[in-house]
Amino acid sequence: MSRVGVIGIGHGKFGRRSDATVQELAFEAFREALHDAQIPKSEIDATVIGAVPEYHKQRSVAGVIQEYLGLTPTPTWLTEVACASGSAAIRTAWMGIRSGMHKVVAVIGCQKMTELSTPEILALMGRVGEVQWESVFGTTFPAYYAMFANAHMHRYGTTRDQLLQVAVKNHFYGARNPNALFQKPITLEKARASEPVASPFCVYDCCANADGAACVILADESRARSIGGDRVVWLDGVGCATASMSVLKRPDLTGLPSAEQAARQAYQMAEVSARDIKVAEVHDCFTIAEIMAYEDLGFCEKGQGGRYIEARKPYPDGGGVAVNVDGGLKAKGHPIGATGVSMACEIVKQLRGEAGTRQIQGADVGLTHNVGGIGQYCFVHVFRRN
Amino acid sequence: MFSWFGKVSFVPFSKVQDFAVHLKDGRLMGSRCKSCGYQTFPPRADCPECLSGDFEFVEYTGQGKVFTFSTISAAPTGFEDLVPYTVVVVELHEGGRLLGWLGESISAEEVSIGMDVQTVPRIDESTEDIKVFYTIERAGTTWGKAPPPHLG
Repeated sequence: MSRVGVIGIGHGKFGRRSDATVQELAFEAFREALHDAQIPKSEIDATVIGAVPEYHKQRSVAGVIQEYLGLTPTPTWLTEVACASGSAAIRTAWMGIRSGMHKVVAVIGCQKMTELSTPEILALMGRVGEVQWESVFGTTFPAYYAMFANAHMHRYGTTRDQLLQVAVKNHFYGARNPNALFQKPITLEKARASEPVASPFCVYDCCANADGAACVILADESRARSIGGDRVVWLDGVGCATASMSVLKRPDLTGLPSAEQAARQAYQMAEVSARDIKVAEVHDCFTIAEIMAYEDLGFCEKGQGGRYIEARKPYPDGGGVAVNVDGGLKAKGHPIGATGVSMACEIVKQLRGEAGTRQIQGADVGLTHNVGGIGQYCFVHVFRRN
Repeated sequence: MFSWFGKVSFVPFSKVQDFAVHLKDGRLMGSRCKSCGYQTFPPRADCPECLSGDFEFVEYTGQGKVFTFSTISAAPTGFEDLVPYTVVVVELHEGGRLLGWLGESISAEEVSIGMDVQTVPRIDESTEDIKVFYTIERAGTTWGKAPPPHLG
């Protein structure tokens, strides 16, 4: 089978972008990706948008973006799977190319989250769970992951400090990323002292809403080789799985079965194992989510995620997989539709050796792990340099 | 009548809406498929095993063990007046799980995974609207029930 390559990446500044509309954010990322690929926009024969509609006042945003990018009449469509919408967009672009229908596809993940007022955000927050049996008791997104955290702490002895060490690490990396929302290191003491949100979590266990966009341009093998030369990074493994939305139906709350399955599929397709991964972008929407990711992706044994961060394995030269080297959702910010594409941009940058002060030496195989909701959806993508 | 269930209702209609009526009468109901016998909580009208839409309610004791929990300090719309409140997931002895509020008989500091608990049907007395829910209480807690409908 022929391969699908990434030939261009573009990434805007994440944060409160009160200066721009969602299509303007998309344009920034798209323009940078075209420049990076050194191709004119006429090379693009389809666009896939990853975004979550309920945050935008503009309805059916894919068509509006396509118009603003000057890409009509080529096709576009939107993919939506909550916080994994960006990776779903990459997957459908990959499918379009592998099917032979498209040659060069622009994937844009974008989200403008700060247009909503606080009351609108709080009302939306009340409907993140299963609304018939759970949301009626005032469940929140942090509370769902907090219930995973309590289950993990109870079964494996994971500690509060281990959870917060994830936040400290991601701020350490975020300080090296000029596109990150937060670019300052934090101390464990500062993290511990933050306000409670949903026990055991406090503010520093949680990522922040943000606005932002990111773009990757994918191409079929022959176009990728002719356009990208030796800068091409190959998307060799794509995995995707689901699990129940309701916590009432999950057999276990110490991991995400969708992540385990998606990882298995992606490793198998790319013919790699967890040991081959040098750098990973994982979905750290809450600190426990990154600890579960270490385990679900096979970076450590089940239950050892807390010890993995305590031993500083995901730091540069830590002896493990370098994780969330752009700051992750925690420090970079989480514009939900953009996140999966942003992750892919960072891995491509790392595998090209173009990540500057945050470059992980010897990075030749990397992955992204993008979760929707509390694991209803998970996409794992494996990228290789050669 | 499903809008009776919960502090804020998002789903006013459901094929299992009589669940809320039974809860008002003090009964916690799961469902059983009349075709293949599949029993579950929360109740559902459509059987995931045999695909039959023919079901009946079956009364649950509400006894179970704490599966997990969290105390919420940052609340969504409609729940601000309750903070902090604790949500608990209970593994029911008869199978299935529910999510509800920790009641007054157990403190937030005391609740722990694996603890034996009792789910108790409740009516919100603070409003003229009918609002029903359940709380998670110390094992052995008792409550009143209305007479069965066929006797009333």
